[in-house]
Amino acid sequence: MGYVAVKGGSDAIENSLELVEFYRIRNSITPIEIEQIKSQLRLAVDKVMGEGGLFTPDYAAIALKQAEGEVFEAAFILRAFRTTLQRRFYSETINTREMFVKRKISASFREIPGGQILGPTRDYSQRIMDTKKASESTSDIQNFLQQFESKIDKNTLKSIKTYAKVIDLLREQGLLKPIDKKENKQLLDITREAIKFPAARSARLQMLARAETGGLMAMGYASMRGFGSVHPTVGELRYGSVPVTVKDPSGKLRYIGKIEVTEAEMINGTSSNKKSEAALYTIGYGLCFGQNDTKAICMGILDTTMRNPDSNQPANDQEFVLYHTEGIESMGFTNHLKLPHYVTFQSSLKNVREEVERKKEVATA
Amino acid sequence: MVENNKYINKYNFAFIDESTKKEIRRKLLKAVAIPGYQVPYSSPEMPIARGWGTGGLHVTLAIIGKKDIFKIIDQGSDASVNACNLRNFVQSMTGVKTTFDTSEATIIQTRHRITEEELNENQIFVYQVPQPEPLRSVERYENKTRQMHGEADYAKMWVSLYEQFVSHGDIMLGAGYPVKVNNRYIMAPSPIPRWDIPNLNLSKALHLFGAGREKRLYAIPPFTKVEPLEFEDIKFHIEDFKGSACSKTGYKKAFLDEMYYDDGSTNFVINDSNFLDKLSEKEEPIQHENKYINQIEE
Repeated sequence: MGYVAVKGGSDAIENSLELVEFYRIRNSITPIEIEQIKSQLRLAVDKVMGEGGLFTPDYAAIALKQAEGEVFEAAFILRAFRTTLQRRFYSETINTREMFVKRKISASFREIPGGQILGPTRDYSQRIMDTKKASESTSDIQNFLQQFESKIDKNTLKSIKTYAKVIDLLREQGLLKPIDKKENKQLLDITREAIKFPAARSARLQMLARAETGGLMAMGYASMRGFGSVHPTVGELRYGSVPVTVKDPSGKLRYIGKIEVTEAEMINGTSSNKKSEAALYTIGYGLCFGQNDTKAICMGILDTTMRNPDSNQPANDQEFVLYHTEGIESMGFTNHLKLPHYVTFQSSLKNVREEVERKKEVATA
Repeated sequence: MVENNKYINKYNFAFIDESTKKEIRRKLLKAVAIPGYQVPYSSPEMPIARGWGTGGLHVTLAIIGKKDIFKIIDQGSDASVNACNLRNFVQSMTGVKTTFDTSEATIIQTRHRITEEELNENQIFVYQVPQPEPLRSVERYENKTRQMHGEADYAKMWVSLYEQFVSHGDIMLGAGYPVKVNNRYIMAPSPIPRWDIPNLNLSKALHLFGAGREKRLYAIPPFTKVEPLEFEDIKFHIEDFKGSACSKTGYKKAFLDEMYYDDGSTNFVINDSNFLDKLSEKEEPIQHENKYINQIEE
């Protein structure tokens, strides 16, 4: 069978796998430890968990190592791993009011309950290359940590409580538009059933939560910049850990651990056509694993755009947004173009050749 | 940190967990019950990329048993890299016997070809489908195409075929030529060449289609009528190799690959690797029969 486009498929694959393993480790003397990836590549781990659809820093770190740091690939590995796990429980709804807040900001009010807390963010870091990172040593790290921890008052840390949310303030004042009675409130599970359109909001938010950050950003940005009409205000952006509970077979709630999430509540103005009806605010909602402000904010934007269907604006088109921001699928299909297509090409070649002949005949006639 | 030995590294038979396999089988039964109708399904992620045969894999892994004999081809060839990769995956996750021999296999998974050798009642043919929606070229929205299928509203499709004829002098669809199944649903046969389309009609085997990325399953049960879309006066036709013969066997009644060589010469070789092997070994495999192939002069 030496005539196939790619000869000796099995051998080729084997050699290629060996080579890619060689490339992964050829110049590195010390293997990176999973613990190092988890702590020092924290945001990459968060991204992989979000797009992989599974909260597991350990496995996400392994995937990142295996994929040589390619986030798409690592998320893909994690998704495939997720398939092998049976869904035994659905967690109870997470209440982000119970969040242990690590970061919490609002752009809509100068002061919010509990205050503005920047927390760990690169927003004001000045993106100046820190060449000292090149020679960072273990003792540097220890010194920093020692100094940092000495500044923390353990009692203050313990006394941190939970905080009221900005949207609750707006809701109490009657400024939030009540949910449309026609809104589809079904709670679906997109990992168990293919999404159908028009999709329920639960399905849309689930798709967005697993979507690729860059894809969401492109769509969200386009909508704000000119190909759409959304320009929201950050009502509140929170990052922190929230408790997760499940119901056991006897109906008892069981605490199973904490996960880290970023939550964005984006405030949008609306318009009203009726004289008796005020133009109230609506909230675009975003929630994703780990710390990923960009993703949560763009989710919030796209949640709003998709609630106002408009096929002239890409970001307001459910099918357009949800199908094409799904990173694992778009990456797979884009790369499938590398597979041989010579049978399909042969088929179209026949058509084109015949047409060329026909057109020649017409030209000479 | 989870202890090293606590990381999961064992997998269920055929990789997918049992409840998901059951779900896929239920959806397949529905697909068989309504020939040509696209059934949405969960389409769990596979360790194979989307667009690389995940739908076909879901079907294969959901139906495969320990006694099955598995064959997989890509572009008609058992040796194509992706076929090798998927064969290796299925074999390592199930331990089943694999084969290149078309007549020996009980499950044949394919990308872009139907085998030249005729299929029988004991075989299941599984297609990897990139785009399950035959109407996508005329209607971009999924909720509209589903409605069009529901109402058997295929006017746009017919008009597009007519327009192609008017502007190009022929229906310019190559691989994946749309078919009507059981007088009801228009169906995408996956990008098999037109050559293979007539072999779907009244086939003895069960044909299952899996579109992983688009999350749809559909089926053609054995002995089901499958017709390519054509007009009374403008007929469907298969690829014409203009009397060319396979350079290795001299055979003309098979789909041929056009080969280009370093010295600038070209010739044709039979595309189906197992069929070519059998003819080269002077075996006489039974071929699909249809009026289009019959017209080709030996």
